Amino acid sequence: MSGRITGLAGTGRSPLRHHHPVTPYLFVAPYVVLLLTFLVGPAVFGVWMSLHNWDFMLPGKPWVGLQNYRDLFDSSSVLFHPFWNGMKNTFLFVLMSVPFLVVIPLGLSLLLNRKFRGRTFFRAVVFTPFVLGVAVVGLIFGYLFDPEVGLVNGILDGVGLPKVSWLSTQPQAWITITVMTIWWTIGFNAVIFLAGLQGLPEQLYEAAELDGAGRWAQFRHVTLPGLRNVFLFVVTTTILASANLFGQPYILTKGGPGDSTTTAIMAMTNEGLRGFRMGSAAAMSYVLALALAIISVANFLIMRERKTS
Amino acid sequence: MTTTSSITGARTDASDPAGSADPGGPGRRRRAYSRTRVGPLTYVAMTVISLIFILPLLWMLLTTFKTESDARSIPIRVMPSEWTLRAYRLIFDDAANPVYTWLINSLVVSVLHMVLNVVVAAMAAYALSRMRFRGRNLLFGTLIATLFMPGFIFFMPNYLTMSKFGWLDSYWALVVPGAAGAFGVFFLRQFFLAIPRELEESALIDGANSWTIFTRIMLPLSKPALVTLAVLSFLGSWNDFVWPVFVLFSPDRMTLAPGLATLYGAYTTDYPVVMAGATLAAVPVLILYVVVQRYVIEGVANSGLKG
Repeated sequence: MSGRITGLAGTGRSPLRHHHPVTPYLFVAPYVVLLLTFLVGPAVFGVWMSLHNWDFMLPGKPWVGLQNYRDLFDSSSVLFHPFWNGMKNTFLFVLMSVPFLVVIPLGLSLLLNRKFRGRTFFRAVVFTPFVLGVAVVGLIFGYLFDPEVGLVNGILDGVGLPKVSWLSTQPQAWITITVMTIWWTIGFNAVIFLAGLQGLPEQLYEAAELDGAGRWAQFRHVTLPGLRNVFLFVVTTTILASANLFGQPYILTKGGPGDSTTTAIMAMTNEGLRGFRMGSAAAMSYVLALALAIISVANFLIMRERKTS
Repeated sequence: MTTTSSITGARTDASDPAGSADPGGPGRRRRAYSRTRVGPLTYVAMTVISLIFILPLLWMLLTTFKTESDARSIPIRVMPSEWTLRAYRLIFDDAANPVYTWLINSLVVSVLHMVLNVVVAAMAAYALSRMRFRGRNLLFGTLIATLFMPGFIFFMPNYLTMSKFGWLDSYWALVVPGAAGAFGVFFLRQFFLAIPRELEESALIDGANSWTIFTRIMLPLSKPALVTLAVLSFLGSWNDFVWPVFVLFSPDRMTLAPGLATLYGAYTTDYPVVMAGATLAAVPVLILYVVVQRYVIEGVANSGLKG
């Protein structure tokens, strides 16, 4: 290799090749090693695992072809119930949480977008829970919603209402998990929406005002259409985040009562990282990933279709 | 992925730390907010909302200084009848749940992860944004593709990798694999692309090599982006839960996140102790957040990526 100085045709950016041809490879090498070892390699190897009876604890890993996938769709297999129960619960949580996690942050961002003293402080406060981990928030909510001595039941009791068993009955357990998730993550979407609002040109509002549009009409015809892409992004990422539900039920309900809050990822980790049947767990992960991909694409197409004239 | 605006343009309140009224000089602000007349109602609403976010954290902190019976009292007792450090002392002596050891572990793991992530991502981002080489587009395409893959598909194969490397139940399992995440490279590349090339050109004429340009020009100019990435990466590591729960087993190897789950299991309703654990995990990140909240929020607002 020689460090030739060659003119690069048609770039119009950098007329000189000012580095040794090997230099870029040296710069990307550390990242490429990590990328291949922990992302690209595993993504391929996981498929290979899913085609075997890959029991971590056993020496032999016999090839089983698509059997692991067939088992997931065969109601007589032992995998069928835990897997689809997890899928159902995850889907349920997505339906329960996403509307709140989109609408409430949108309202918050509209409030934070007004000009008043200290709004940066308020923005920071709203975002605060998000910097805490699921474990911390889980412990706090475990105490607040404790059926005997928790603050929530204490308040209910104080005003003469009956106590609620927040963690051991349904739908109360789902309500608790949803409330915790809203409190914990709402600031994130509010900040994204706020950034979107601040990107909207003021002239549009002025024009709308000249045309006699009131506050609601402005929101309806200027704000919402202007936030279309932000909205699509928020809905998509929130669906994916909710579909990754694990920590909240792991800490608050241990997947109970019964297996009513055992999520898809819990089913997968129970199978693969507790039971060490990693082949079937890998198959689960791909089926779940495919389901999420389909939902994301469908969501994208639906939201793109909704043309507001 | 979504927005491609660099975080240089202070599109949010960065230029306006107090959120105070500003005359809106030419070009300083894109919006005049002429539409919004703010009455006292806004303040009432914002105060109530803030309390909803702050009170649970205060409740956590207050509980750590209570006796067990105070924390269990019905009707609810807001203030401790006697202030005590019993909870903090208990977790200090508990060999099965050595929370202070977990705190140190979390600090070590998060700092190592942060350094590795930022250094590796900055190097790769520099090459991707400033150099042309065979395979560049393939690398960038692969990196973007991994951004769309859900993390859980890597659990099984990476668990196997950890056991092959002998990294199960060790720091390395938490420090290294996460640094393969493409977000940092993507994020810094966007920032580097927005930096004008003239400075590098003149350094080249002075005979500087690529490494010198990278360390003396690019990195100092990118301080805000580097701090943002460092903070997000530290927080991500500190709060990571699913992966550590499964790759760590020994009490003395745990970090706070999975440790707290076992603490909660061990002390179930001895809430002062449970809340003391939560407080030890929360206070460091809250202090960090107070110091760098602007970077965190700007980073999130402009990159719009979870995690």
